[in-house]
Amino acid sequence: MRTFVTEQERAGRQGDCRDRIVKALYLKAETIAHNVVSEKKGQGPDWEGKIDDFLTSRFWGFLTMVLLLGAIFWVTITGANYPSEAIAHFLCGLEGKLLSFLQLAGAPSWVRGILVLGTYRTLAWVIAVMLPPMAIFFPLFTFLEDLGYLPRVAFNLDYLFKKSGACGKQALTMCMGFGCNAAGVISCRIIDSPRERLIAVLTNNFVPCNGRFPLLIVLANLFFAGAAGGRAGSIIPVGVVVGLTVFGVLVTLFVSSLLTRTILKGVPSQFALELPPFRLPQPGRILINSLRNRTLFVLARAVVVAAPAGLIVWLMANVFVGEVTLLQAAAGFLDPFARGLGLDGFILMAFILGLPANEIVLPLLLMAYLSSGAMLELDSLPALKELLVSNGWTWLTALNVMLFSLLHFPCSTTLLTIFKETGSKKWLFISFLLPTLLAVAVIFMVTQGVRLLSLV
Amino acid sequence: MWAKLCRWCKNGRAGRKTEAAERQEFVVALAGNPNTGKSTIFNALTGLHQHTGNWPGKTVARFQGRYRFKNRVYKLVDLPGTYSLFVNSAEEQVARDFLCFQKPAAVIVVVNAGCLERNLNLVLQIMEITPRVVVCVNLLDEARRKNIRIDLPKLEHELGAPVVGTVARQGRGLKNLQQTVEDLLLGRVEPRPRLPVYDDALEKEIAGLLTMFSNRADLAVNPRWFALRLLEGDASVLGQAERSRVFVQEPELQAKQQETKKMWYEFKAP
Repeated sequence: MRTFVTEQERAGRQGDCRDRIVKALYLKAETIAHNVVSEKKGQGPDWEGKIDDFLTSRFWGFLTMVLLLGAIFWVTITGANYPSEAIAHFLCGLEGKLLSFLQLAGAPSWVRGILVLGTYRTLAWVIAVMLPPMAIFFPLFTFLEDLGYLPRVAFNLDYLFKKSGACGKQALTMCMGFGCNAAGVISCRIIDSPRERLIAVLTNNFVPCNGRFPLLIVLANLFFAGAAGGRAGSIIPVGVVVGLTVFGVLVTLFVSSLLTRTILKGVPSQFALELPPFRLPQPGRILINSLRNRTLFVLARAVVVAAPAGLIVWLMANVFVGEVTLLQAAAGFLDPFARGLGLDGFILMAFILGLPANEIVLPLLLMAYLSSGAMLELDSLPALKELLVSNGWTWLTALNVMLFSLLHFPCSTTLLTIFKETGSKKWLFISFLLPTLLAVAVIFMVTQGVRLLSLV
Repeated sequence: MWAKLCRWCKNGRAGRKTEAAERQEFVVALAGNPNTGKSTIFNALTGLHQHTGNWPGKTVARFQGRYRFKNRVYKLVDLPGTYSLFVNSAEEQVARDFLCFQKPAAVIVVVNAGCLERNLNLVLQIMEITPRVVVCVNLLDEARRKNIRIDLPKLEHELGAPVVGTVARQGRGLKNLQQTVEDLLLGRVEPRPRLPVYDDALEKEIAGLLTMFSNRADLAVNPRWFALRLLEGDASVLGQAERSRVFVQEPELQAKQQETKKMWYEFKAP
């Protein structure tokens, strides 16, 4: 028995049947709720509604977002300085003892080099530079997350994402990216349209993740702290980090709209976002989540990757190719290109070697500088700045490194996740190439612009 | 992983999963709308620390952990939060497929006491798939603050499924929840689900399809639910049904399925 049904009729029949089912369900739910729920209304003002109106208003909402972000960075930057210093001092003191211990034990000098100057020193810097900012930043961020602030951010940004032709839910996946880009890419599954999901996946990298925040914070602190010093002096670095974060969001929007206009054309789809009620976070849970799941997780990852990477850099610095070391040869090879961008060969190489994890870019760079001659006693943050300056760094170099870190290719974990999520080599390739080209273009323009105006 | 779970081994097991424990294990699914506190309940029961975030769409994949209650081991599966089970999104697909084809021994449906009506849609849809449902009315404290009271015994009566009130963040009502799940699994509580009744035309079609299924003892999903999906032309269920060997051989049904499939594809690709 086959009857001829027109296409509209078919689609119509499906819609119709579904509608009738849904209607019956809603009716039943309504009846039950009517019978069992009793609600007393009109007692006291609706505080939550008022707060939400404020937090999601076009002007105040954005201002609150930026101020909150600024406050978090300010606490992080001012708070991280002292423990960073203390840890660096302690661990570097240990380095000398470790060296003399190995000497006493009769270890040959290359073993001492590999173990202490290669591996240990990188590890010490990973911990000293990254642990304090993370231990302050993550609990604060987790607090906002558990409070229920993220959906408000998504609500505020939804309009902008819609306008750039992407899905408003991308605001949520982007927020996840602040934690970890790989996690952000996985969270893109909440976006149903494949087109919009791809846009979200490809642009997730433009917000700084856990691994990159420490670099931004440290460099901003070293090169942009005002002459005033102290608390007032940290206003400028806070401004720089907030500015970079906002810039990252703008780039996300810009690239999203670029993609919708070129290779991923389409109309943004609709979705409903429920603003969950504010819930007072549980302090214990925040500490567990942020310290164990985030801080220690990132640190462990950095340590695991940094140890072998430090080893490689040490080896490269001690293997000679003709007159120069392998490290110098490689850096020298990259140098002309890097100089044009306002970086140098060592920086570019640190970024390339840092592909497995963004966390280790800065430690690798320090390793490379330290092992190529300038043997400084590196036991404090001013000494760190001295080292960088003696290698020709200016505020422009620092800015370029921060911009490059913000925009460059995703780390290998994220790339792998992108490959798994999209299942295509083409999108993997684009997700690598697109940010890299963008990063190169941006810092090239910044450098040339600054040099043209002879600000440096 | 297992070391973490040792805290439940109160009776001196060396913390290794024994075969007996494996055999006794009941699979319990945790479903509900986004932001009803499923993950909080999951963490409270299993002692694991799955990250809870106060925003919808956090749990995309499913998470699982175990808890022990009165010498029985339960495997708790945290499903992504969904508003319905019509497969409109990845989360809904994950949740629906698990409930239909993985056949959990019981389903805990977590609902937000503050907006019961909206949450009940999902409860009703799940009850169409399986009668073994425990409704967990969570966030009672928040609802109380908003001056919302819920008559839980009446709700139990209206749904025909056991209802438990909880405040998961403070751990209140969780013992009761575990007890109710046990009672349900051991048959001490007999669910008498009061399912939604559709309009006459639809019910007639359902009845027609059900007679076609009647001699199919191996139909692995709830026949009424399957009939409804066939009627609304949800082909996503067909693929799964075929894979799980629910495929029906009657020619008339096959024609119906073909038609449904065609409808689906045309609907999907305008």
